[in-house]
Amino acid sequence: MTDVIDRLAGVTPGGRVDALRRHRPATRDNAQASYDALFTTIDETHASASERAAVAQFVAALHDDEGAVAHYAAVTRQAGGDPLADAVADLAIAARTTGPYGEYPADAPLAGESVAGLRFAIDDADTRAALGERLDAALEHAHLLVFRPREASVAALARLADAGWSTAGIVTLSQLVSFLAFQLRVAAGLRLLTTEDAA
Amino acid sequence: MTDQPIDQSTVSTVSTDAATAGPARTITHPGAAVPRAFTQDELGWLPWLEPADEATLTERQWAGLVDRSRAKSDYFRLLVRDPDILRARTLTDKDVFYNAADGLPRAERELAAAATSRFNGCIFCASVHARFATHHSKRHDDVQRLLDEGIDAVQDAAWRALIDAAVALAATPSRLAPEHLEALRAAGFDGQAVSDVIHSAAFFNWANRLMLSLGEPERPIAAS
Repeated sequence: MTDVIDRLAGVTPGGRVDALRRHRPATRDNAQASYDALFTTIDETHASASERAAVAQFVAALHDDEGAVAHYAAVTRQAGGDPLADAVADLAIAARTTGPYGEYPADAPLAGESVAGLRFAIDDADTRAALGERLDAALEHAHLLVFRPREASVAALARLADAGWSTAGIVTLSQLVSFLAFQLRVAAGLRLLTTEDAA
Repeated sequence: MTDQPIDQSTVSTVSTDAATAGPARTITHPGAAVPRAFTQDELGWLPWLEPADEATLTERQWAGLVDRSRAKSDYFRLLVRDPDILRARTLTDKDVFYNAADGLPRAERELAAAATSRFNGCIFCASVHARFATHHSKRHDDVQRLLDEGIDAVQDAAWRALIDAAVALAATPSRLAPEHLEALRAAGFDGQAVSDVIHSAAFFNWANRLMLSLGEPERPIAAS
């Protein structure tokens, strides 16, 4: 049976990349189990299905992964409706950049490695109101985690708390964005291997 | 702020229930000796949110921890607030790094983790996995050069190919290209090993973001 990473990477059943994955069944099974824990078999008390889907769609767009965007946008349409998926797609256009970047402390040995870059914020008042305070904060935090994780801070978590996120909800949100950072890279790497086989 | 930050000294007395209901309460550590450079020294890690109370962990949370000894770690007791994803993440982690009967050797899996952490800027993750890379490779100076001089520091051909692939994959969007895979194979890594490079490097893009965003490293008093 194919799984989500197979579909995102275009893995052919019975092919070489499929065999490489199946040689590590615990990795393969638990990558899928991670996806299921975040998106399929969920407790919505601290993070709703539509919040999870919208953040995932946004993160996939930041990674410029067409297949993943299509996948997670479909999840958003199902969980949160077309207007939500469309709003996230619009936001992602202005949010895309290249990373990682961010500042190290100015007086520290790593200051010379600081790289400036976009600090994404949702400026449009209508968009903010339409998405709601929780999702505004979650998408801004997701952008921080994707592109400038070295700038993560207790203040960033306080902004999520101010928007109503619980401790458990922040843990789930952090896992979701960070899992996507893994899943989309495995898919990108395996897609390259799959493309080689087709050449 | 929804609530005042909690000073570190009061954390042990905070009820877990406060964190499972309403908005999160953040924890600050004003006196912590936060390391400012990459190191192979052992570091501590201080949470910015309240870990679950070990005394009240549910069966599902114990299952999420996988190893019961992880209940002693603030990091895992914070992550166990969502036990199912912690369990799946932990089992992924163990297989990606410890299932090394074939494919990529342990040392090179740890090097991929260290290089990814160096590039993303995770001083804590880099410390752990640089130390493990040194342990398995017996190449302390090469590992230290990665930490001191960065991802472009001189390395032999195999480590050059591995670091370059890990760094390219860590970029957002990924810059991993066919020439990275060719360089890995030219350096002697077989198909399974190349897949292992992808997985061990990709995994640290997950780990780095959790470690960097949910707390901060601390230089233990004894080592400072």
